[in-house]
Amino acid sequence: MSESPFKDIPGTILFDSDQSRIGYHLNMFCMSLMKAPNREAFRADPRGYLDRWPMTEAQKQAVLDRDWNEMLKLGGNIYFTSKIAATDGLSFQQIAAIMSGVTQPEYAQMMLNGGRPVEGNRSRSEKH
Amino acid sequence: MARITAGVATSHVPAIGAALDNGKSGEDYWKPVFAGYDFAKAWIAEEKPDVVILVYNDHATAFSLELIPTFAIGCAAEFAPADEGWGPRPVPVVKGHPELAWHMAEKLILDEFDMTIVNHMDVDHGLTVPMSLMFGQPEAWPCKVIPLAVNVVQYPPPTGNRCYRLGQAIARAVESFPQDLKVMVFGTGGMSHQLQGPRAGLINREFDTAFLDRLVADPAGQSKVPHIDYVREAGSEGIELVMWLIMRGALPEKVREVRRFYHVPASNTAVGHLILQPA
Repeated sequence: MSESPFKDIPGTILFDSDQSRIGYHLNMFCMSLMKAPNREAFRADPRGYLDRWPMTEAQKQAVLDRDWNEMLKLGGNIYFTSKIAATDGLSFQQIAAIMSGVTQPEYAQMMLNGGRPVEGNRSRSEKH
Repeated sequence: MARITAGVATSHVPAIGAALDNGKSGEDYWKPVFAGYDFAKAWIAEEKPDVVILVYNDHATAFSLELIPTFAIGCAAEFAPADEGWGPRPVPVVKGHPELAWHMAEKLILDEFDMTIVNHMDVDHGLTVPMSLMFGQPEAWPCKVIPLAVNVVQYPPPTGNRCYRLGQAIARAVESFPQDLKVMVFGTGGMSHQLQGPRAGLINREFDTAFLDRLVADPAGQSKVPHIDYVREAGSEGIELVMWLIMRGALPEKVREVRRFYHVPASNTAVGHLILQPA
């Protein structure tokens, strides 16, 4: 997907074939965290555990840094990367706040106020 | 003969399941969400379906990236609640209806919908949260369930049109099953929400309202809406709404709107719910 209209949507990475291809091992590492012994092994030795997976150095670093947006850029899918959050004891709302650059209370208040408005968030070019 | 008596649509937000399981359903934040389903609980207790065909999506639980079926039908005798990373939800095991499920698989494939047949699958919050919202917290679920999992995680999900037509094919398959069964179809997921990236938290009440209106009155028109419109207007995870079109396709063109409920927020998501019956 080269000139995808989806790329015009701000703050959004479509999990398409390109992302899935580059993110396969990152996502499968995340998938392994569904099992308790693997979560323990990852917590005990994060770098050593990551080295078991044929991920790129940038992907490993993004995981170690818990750089949630960077993981998505490097092919991570939110349903997979959220398994790292669960391992860390973080909720979906907590990482959503981090990814959108606000504190968790600010994010929760935004949701109580009706969520992030679509106005101004439809298009990078704002022509829609 | 088996017959489809109603369609139900509902969001399947995991935090709703967690709130119920942890005894928080009476808290101010959650009270309006659960109250919104009081009508449905009373209604379905009266209606007593024998089987629910539950259309949902797996969230990287039973299906990782190793295998990504577009449409998968659960033909097993039972399906265990999945461990999604913090232990399985304390809800009953889901009992299947293998005879009807296999009949559907056979009919649908010959009707040119190439279903993936699943004989072993744990079911995640996508399936169990709608069960909790509709039936509460019983010792055992009061009906059989045929899980129908749709890929909406890996782009592209099936088109709205394909989903709508699958629903129509499901109606044909069910109606050709010789046992006398009362069948309902649940379409789940949505409504507007985005869980990823700087645009996380997106909600679009106007889009959601228009979707509900059109799903009821003009489903064929709604089925032509392209993916880009869902992602742009209803968020990257709002695309789950195509699954509601499967439920809608299984009902006749003219339906009666028995119930509608809409609430923002449940965690990151707009909650929507419909009960539809043939007019």
